[in-house]
Amino acid sequence: MTITEKILAVHAGKKKVEPGELINARVDLILANDITAPIAIQEFKKIGAKNVFDKSRIALIPDHFAPQKDIKAAEQCKLLREFSREYDLSLYFEVGRMGVEHALLPEQGLVVPGDLIIGADSHTCTYGALGAFSTGVGSTDVASAMATGECWFRVPESMKFIYHGKLNRWVGGKDLILHTIGDIGVDGALYRAMEFEGEAITNLPMYGRLTMCNMAIEAGGKNGIIAPDRITKKYAKGRARREFSFYKSDKKSKYAEIKEYDCSGIPLTVACPHLPSNTKPAAELSHVAIDQVVIGSCTNGRLEDLREAAEVIKGKKVNPNVRLIVIPATQQIYKQAIKEKLVDIFIDAEAVVSTPTCGPCLGGHMGILAKGERALATTNRNFVGRMGHPESEVYLSNPAVAAATAVLGRIGTPEELGL
Amino acid sequence: MIIKGKNWKFGNDIDTDAIIPARYLNTSDPKELAKHIMEDADRDFPSKVKIGDIIVAGKNFGCGSSREHAPIAIKASGIQAVIARSFARIFYRNSFNIGLPIFESEEASEKIQQGDEIEIDADKGLIKNITRGESYKANPIPPFMHELIAAGGLVEWTKKKLAAKS
Repeated sequence: MTITEKILAVHAGKKKVEPGELINARVDLILANDITAPIAIQEFKKIGAKNVFDKSRIALIPDHFAPQKDIKAAEQCKLLREFSREYDLSLYFEVGRMGVEHALLPEQGLVVPGDLIIGADSHTCTYGALGAFSTGVGSTDVASAMATGECWFRVPESMKFIYHGKLNRWVGGKDLILHTIGDIGVDGALYRAMEFEGEAITNLPMYGRLTMCNMAIEAGGKNGIIAPDRITKKYAKGRARREFSFYKSDKKSKYAEIKEYDCSGIPLTVACPHLPSNTKPAAELSHVAIDQVVIGSCTNGRLEDLREAAEVIKGKKVNPNVRLIVIPATQQIYKQAIKEKLVDIFIDAEAVVSTPTCGPCLGGHMGILAKGERALATTNRNFVGRMGHPESEVYLSNPAVAAATAVLGRIGTPEELGL
Repeated sequence: MIIKGKNWKFGNDIDTDAIIPARYLNTSDPKELAKHIMEDADRDFPSKVKIGDIIVAGKNFGCGSSREHAPIAIKASGIQAVIARSFARIFYRNSFNIGLPIFESEEASEKIQQGDEIEIDADKGLIKNITRGESYKANPIPPFMHELIAAGGLVEWTKKKLAAKS
């Protein structure tokens, strides 16, 4: 069995599962946010369960339109707060304690290797980086799982991606995943598990792994997953709040498809409007002028992402035609970024640094685009109207390219700044 | 169940931001959401769509976000069913969970033209194109999904499951 099949089998109480099989499996953690939890709460009440299955395994995180951007958003956030109080949920994260959910849960050790996690947010697939099975579901799925502790799954076929060799300078997890999506398309892994391995993955730090698994959904994948190793162990040690288990795929596991990449041929990569699969080397896009750069999100709002951006922007100024918005993904990251003087570097460069929020990534708040404006963001989606007006445009890149772009006023690379 | 109606044709990779843009997700009221249905794919769609219509689309319909607001908005706008060559997986499960009939059919997705009159026999998985006198097969649905449909969606299914346990 593959690592995905093994984790599903254990949680379904079965010795073996096969792709295509429909199972009911026990979940270790359930997640919902201020957009998806209100419907989950409403449906949970319809089910009429007396209580939630486990008050310590339901994480409600207001992060999308929080801090509450308007009255309607405030009403949504209020529903989460009241439900958490009513059922005495221990994992409710109020503004001031919250962060972007997929950065917060791994950081706090609330998702651990070997887990089965569901979340009413498509980027729940992020935690596969820890060697967990983790996938996005709908609000009604969350409602049902809050009542029963279980969820239905169709066991996915697995697809293996092997990354050979070493990464080029400034190239990271974001470039690997954008390059892969560019290769296979936005439905290239539809309904499938995406298993990442190879020399480049073995050497990829946890933050890069989280970025890669985060965007598995952008290829249609059910989950992204990386077998736990020494990096996983180091990350989980002293952080994991529960016992964890390491699984790995058997040598004889069946894969629907195997893709292999030579990392020496993977450049700094940018996804052009309006699909994450519309990728081009950043170096070929130097003619594209940019109005706004956003560095943050569940994809690239971690401390190491901010360090990379700061390294590029240190001592320089944001181009006068650009607005640079930097959003540390959690309070802990924010605090550490202040301590390391990364925030000083950004503010000295004339960027704004915001409190943690998903905000602009989904066109919510904190940096919406006007008609005809063009943004480059370290986020995950560039669909029509994603960050604002339906006639605005979004390009996606890694944090170093984003920082270089903010300085140059057009899409560019750190190399162009002599780095 | 027989579903009959006029279709609206869309292309490939219609994402959930096109179905219901995130800027409207500060509410989950189905009627409010329906006012903006498919707005970023076709600005006039909310005023053109009529109760009983059907959506026919290409591959990967509903890709992107997990927002259940997408199938909810489709249902609340009066659309009876969605036919596509393929569906993104979270949209697929959300539709079954909330009781929006969806059908996967490569042939139907290819051959149905904008405005054709469609009749779907949901139980047999048969799609008839009344305008062109053609019929197409929908991909079979796993038995568990029939169970979900028969129960009336995941909420009702879960109610039964909890009742059986106690």
